[in-house]
Amino acid sequence: MSAPTRRVALKVVGATLGAGAFAYAGQPVAQWAADLSLDEVLRKHYKELSPEELAQILRRLEAETKETYGVEVRIEDTPAQEGVSFGYALNLRACIGCRKCAEACHQENNHDRRTNNSYIRVLEMEQGSFDMERGTVDYDHAVPAPGKFYMPVQCHQCDDAPCVKVCPVEATWKEKDGIVVVDYDWCIGCRYCEAACPYHARRFNWQRPEIPADEINPDQGYLSNRIRPQGVVEKCTFCLHRTRRGLLPACLEACPTGARVFGNMLDPDSEIRWVLEHKRVYVLKEELGTRPRFFYFFDE
Amino acid sequence: MTASATPLSYLRFLRRVVVLAFSGTWRFYAWMTVLTAIALVGLNAWGHQLQHGMRVTDLSDHVSWGLYIANFTFGVGLAAGAVMMVIPAYLYDDHDMHDVVIIGELLAISAIVVCLGFIVVDMGRPDRMWHIVPGIGRFHWPVSMLTWDVLVLNGYLLLNLHIAGYLMYQRYLGRAPRKRWYLPFVFLSIFWAISIHTVTAFLYQGLGGRPFWNSALLAPRFLATAFISGPAFVIVLLEVVRWSGRLTFGDGPIRTLSQIMRVTVLLNLFMLGSELFTALYTGGAHSAAVKYLFFGSHGKHALVPYIWTAVVLNVASAVLLYLPRSRTDKRWLLAACGCAFLGVYLEKGMGLIVPGFVPSTLHELVEYTPTVTEWKVTAGIWALGLLVLTVAIKVGLAVWTGRVRA
Ligand code: SF4
Ligand code: SF4
Repeated sequence: MSAPTRRVALKVVGATLGAGAFAYAGQPVAQWAADLSLDEVLRKHYKELSPEELAQILRRLEAETKETYGVEVRIEDTPAQEGVSFGYALNLRACIGCRKCAEACHQENNHDRRTNNSYIRVLEMEQGSFDMERGTVDYDHAVPAPGKFYMPVQCHQCDDAPCVKVCPVEATWKEKDGIVVVDYDWCIGCRYCEAACPYHARRFNWQRPEIPADEINPDQGYLSNRIRPQGVVEKCTFCLHRTRRGLLPACLEACPTGARVFGNMLDPDSEIRWVLEHKRVYVLKEELGTRPRFFYFFDE
Repeated sequence: MTASATPLSYLRFLRRVVVLAFSGTWRFYAWMTVLTAIALVGLNAWGHQLQHGMRVTDLSDHVSWGLYIANFTFGVGLAAGAVMMVIPAYLYDDHDMHDVVIIGELLAISAIVVCLGFIVVDMGRPDRMWHIVPGIGRFHWPVSMLTWDVLVLNGYLLLNLHIAGYLMYQRYLGRAPRKRWYLPFVFLSIFWAISIHTVTAFLYQGLGGRPFWNSALLAPRFLATAFISGPAFVIVLLEVVRWSGRLTFGDGPIRTLSQIMRVTVLLNLFMLGSELFTALYTGGAHSAAVKYLFFGSHGKHALVPYIWTAVVLNVASAVLLYLPRSRTDKRWLLAACGCAFLGVYLEKGMGLIVPGFVPSTLHELVEYTPTVTEWKVTAGIWALGLLVLTVAIKVGLAVWTGRVRA
């Protein structure tokens, strides 16, 4: 071969190898892109949807759940009720740290089974100290342990919520009844809100949630417990798919000691109102100015 | 000779630029091939992350940002640091610097490409990227600092593309550039360079729930480190360019840049000391993260090697820069730059982002060690940045020195 032909041949070989390398390396990205649903990618923001468009989306999501998880579910979107502003209070004297609430949350909200996720973390605290640094969530012994008290923490539905402030795309906002929600189909998964929340209340879907078909809770809310897609953030919604229909949050129903009090703070006859008016309640990290709707108190 | 500028001549200019970008010596090909290979490894790893989710990283709900955001933060500093060539060249009319200032602008462009890359790979849903585009998505501006960052980073990219592109095209045509077409943009870009790193600091600094970041000193420290890593990188780059024989220039620019570094390395060490004093002497919540970072806590020390390496490198670079040898012997100066660059990389990267999350807001100690996938993606993005930089400088210098003209 003469020199120019050799150079051409080399270039051809090089180009072929190069193209092969590009194709091979790019394959996973291409596959991921091919699996995206165009309907979903081009969807409008939740607040811009007409009722018909929303209904269409709910049916599509039901069909997708059926396809992926093999279960018939009902996904609804119950709006906030007029004249309702939710509040939650927790009696630290009564709480025994059994984590039944965390377990109930796990089931009610269709959490990933592999990671045993829950929106509630229960801290075991040292008697006589509110320093969380001296508390632990990894306790593994009979409860209640002597010299300890227990403090469950979940989303405080802050009225001045740092998570809502930082979200660059308004994928998370505060509803009229005080609940901070996430649209899982709008979130871009930047996790800025997770960095901003001072109460470790947000979770990210590091993978597509794994849940056996027979354990899926089929009674689902669009903004709450429907099975979340991979790559988005989620959080406690005070079980709005239940509470907006007059039921109580799953964590409250599961609590064996009656430590939890939930209700409409605008209703003068509600139990939550009574607690707020008669007990010395406090909120966590009040100095940060987040104005939580989740209160703690001590009561015999 | 001046050629007339028609759309056609601009297209011809672009074609010649592309041809130039893909032809060179075997050394050039080898370099480009290696970089491309690394970039492809990164692309492949990112694809796996997209398919299987971010569980392929070591991130968790406790440490929700890690290597990617660390590199992003450092990259912003690098982009902002390039302005340390622009300021002397245009504000102080330093003519030697003027001869090489184009390199700073090209570096800024490449660094922003790197930053945007790290943002994209950190997103759980890059398919929804358009949600953050002003006008068509839901841009939560001015409340969310992240939207400010989108504006300033992209703005900085456009400014530098315009300035570098305009000056080069005029050179190509053999015309004197018209001041009003670039000078206002140059001054704007100086202000803008400061803003990109300030806004990026505000991303972290504004979070009340993260005492480690919630310090008014964060933005000033960001700028100080940017003005270390930027000049350090440029000095090395200038030496490479000189060695390649494509541009001849005096020692002025390198002298100016190392003078700047002599100030900023000390400034940075001073501010670090001040922060350490506040944290350790006061104690309490703020000190928990600092203690974990420097000494480990409850038997967990993942970050200790990072931060002490950073401290040693930063001190070493300061010492080297003040040794008289570094003024006369290039190798000493280059060593100082290497130390400074790496020191800032570790400190402004892992050493800044991860302790914001450890201990967590409920004071849990969950550690973070990047996985192989994360390192592959990271290497891939830096390789991409170097590819862009190499091509930009190759083409840029050919036009700049008049080897390619209309
Ligand atoms: S507790 Fe956290 S997630 Fe819940 S509203 Fe407050 S900041 Fe947001
Ligand atoms: S992770 Fe989602 S909800 Fe949170 S800030 Fe980013 S886009 Fe908003």
